[in-house]
Amino acid sequence: MADLHFLANPARFRRFSQRALPVLSFATALALGVGLYLALVVSPPDYQQGETVRIMFVHVPSAWIAMAGYMLLAALGASLLVWRHPLAALMARGAAPVGAVFCAVCLLTGSLWGRPMWGTYWVWDARLTSMLLLFFLYLGHIALSRAYDDPARGDRAAAILALVGAINVPIIKFSVDWWNTLHQPASVMKLGGPSIHPAILTPLLVMALALALLYVVLVLLRTDTEIDRRRLELSESVA
Amino acid sequence: MTGFTALMARDLRLVWRRPGDVAVVLAFFVVATALFPLGIGPQANVLARIAAGVLWCAALFAALLSLDRLFAADHEDGTLDLLLLAPWPLELAALAKCAAHWIVTGLPLAVLAPLLGVAFGLEAESLAALGATLLVGTPTLSLVGGLAAALTLGARRSGALLALLAPPLCVPTLIFGASAVETVATGEGFATHLAILAALALVSLATLPWAIAAALRQAGE
Repeated sequence: MADLHFLANPARFRRFSQRALPVLSFATALALGVGLYLALVVSPPDYQQGETVRIMFVHVPSAWIAMAGYMLLAALGASLLVWRHPLAALMARGAAPVGAVFCAVCLLTGSLWGRPMWGTYWVWDARLTSMLLLFFLYLGHIALSRAYDDPARGDRAAAILALVGAINVPIIKFSVDWWNTLHQPASVMKLGGPSIHPAILTPLLVMALALALLYVVLVLLRTDTEIDRRRLELSESVA
Repeated sequence: MTGFTALMARDLRLVWRRPGDVAVVLAFFVVATALFPLGIGPQANVLARIAAGVLWCAALFAALLSLDRLFAADHEDGTLDLLLLAPWPLELAALAKCAAHWIVTGLPLAVLAPLLGVAFGLEAESLAALGATLLVGTPTLSLVGGLAAALTLGARRSGALLALLAPPLCVPTLIFGASAVETVATGEGFATHLAILAALALVSLATLPWAIAAALRQAGE
C-alpha cells in the first residue's frame, strides 16, 4: 500500500512510467507475437467448433480485462474519494476508454463467434446482456467524467458512479449460475481446475497475458497524456 | 427525524401547489404505453404477452423523466447549500427527497399501471402482480434515479446523461418486476420475485442514500 501512495505523486509516477513503458511495450509485443502464433498456427481446431474456436483467444481475455478494468476504475474511485490522490482521477480518465474498447471487442468477437456456433449474432442471454450493461456503465463513466467544465467535479462524480457500478461486476460473474441459459458456463475459473484441454488452454493464457500487458501499457500511456494535458491546461490558465 | 419529515412535507407541498409537474409525468406514462399497440399492432394475444415489459419500461422512463429536477431546483436557489450546512445528516435529506419523489411518481405509477394493463388484456392475477411488483420495485428506481440526478447536478446535458447512467443500474429491478407478471401468467406464484424485488429495494435503501449524499457534497464544494 505504501508503494501505491508513493506513486500517487504525478511527477514520481511519470518517472516510473517513463522507465517502465519501454520494457512493458517490448514485453507486450513479444507476448502478443508468441500468443498469436500459438493461437492461430500451433493450437488445433476444436472438434466441434472448428477454426472458430480461435476467436475465443481474443474474446475470453477481453472479457476478463473488461471486468478487471472496471474493478480498477472502482479502486481508483475509492482512492480518489478516500485519499484524494490526484493521480487516481487522471488514471481513471485514461483507463475508462481502454476498458470500454476491450468490452466492445469482447461483445463484437462474441457476436462473430455466435453466428456460426449458435446461428445468431446476438441472443438476450444473461451473460451477454450483463456484458452489454458493463459497456453501458463504461460509457456512463466516460460521459460523466467529461460532462463538467470543472474536471475535478467530473472526476469525483465518476468515482462515485464507478463504486456503485462495481456492484454490477460480481452480478456478471455469477449471472451464469443464476439464469443458466445459452452461454456456456465458466470453464477456466472454477473449482476443481479448468475443464479445457491444455492445447487450447496454453495459447489462451498466453493471449490473456499479452492482452493484459497491452491494457497496462495503454493505460500508462494515456495516464501520462492526461498528466500532460492537465499541466497544459493549468499553465494556460495561469498565463 | 423532524428534519426528515419537514423536508419530505416541503417537497410534497411544492408538488401539491404545482400538480402539473406530476400530471405531465403520468400523462407521459400513458402516452408512451399507448404507443406500443400502435407500433406493434392490435393482436390481443401479442399485447397481453408484452404488457408487463412495456408497462415496466414505460414506468422506468417516466420515473427518469421526473428526476432531473429532483435536486436541480434546490441547487439553483441555494436550498442545497443550507442542507449541506444543516446540523443533521445529509443522508437523511437525500432519503427524504427520494421518498417524496416515490410518493408523487412511484405510487401513482403503481396505481395507474394495472388500469393500463386492462387495456392490454391482462388477467386479474397478472394485474395484481403488476401493481404489487411496481409498488415494491419503484422505490429502487427512485433511489437509483436520485443518485443519477445527484451525480449529474450542474453537468452539461444533465438530463440526457441521467438517462444514460440510471437504466443499467435499474436492470435487475426491471427483470424481476416484468418476469413476475409472466410467472403469474404461467400459473405460478410470484412471491419469490416479490421477495427479490424487496431485497433489491432494501439494499438500495441501505446503501444509496450514502452515495447520494457523497454526490451532493462534492456538488456543493
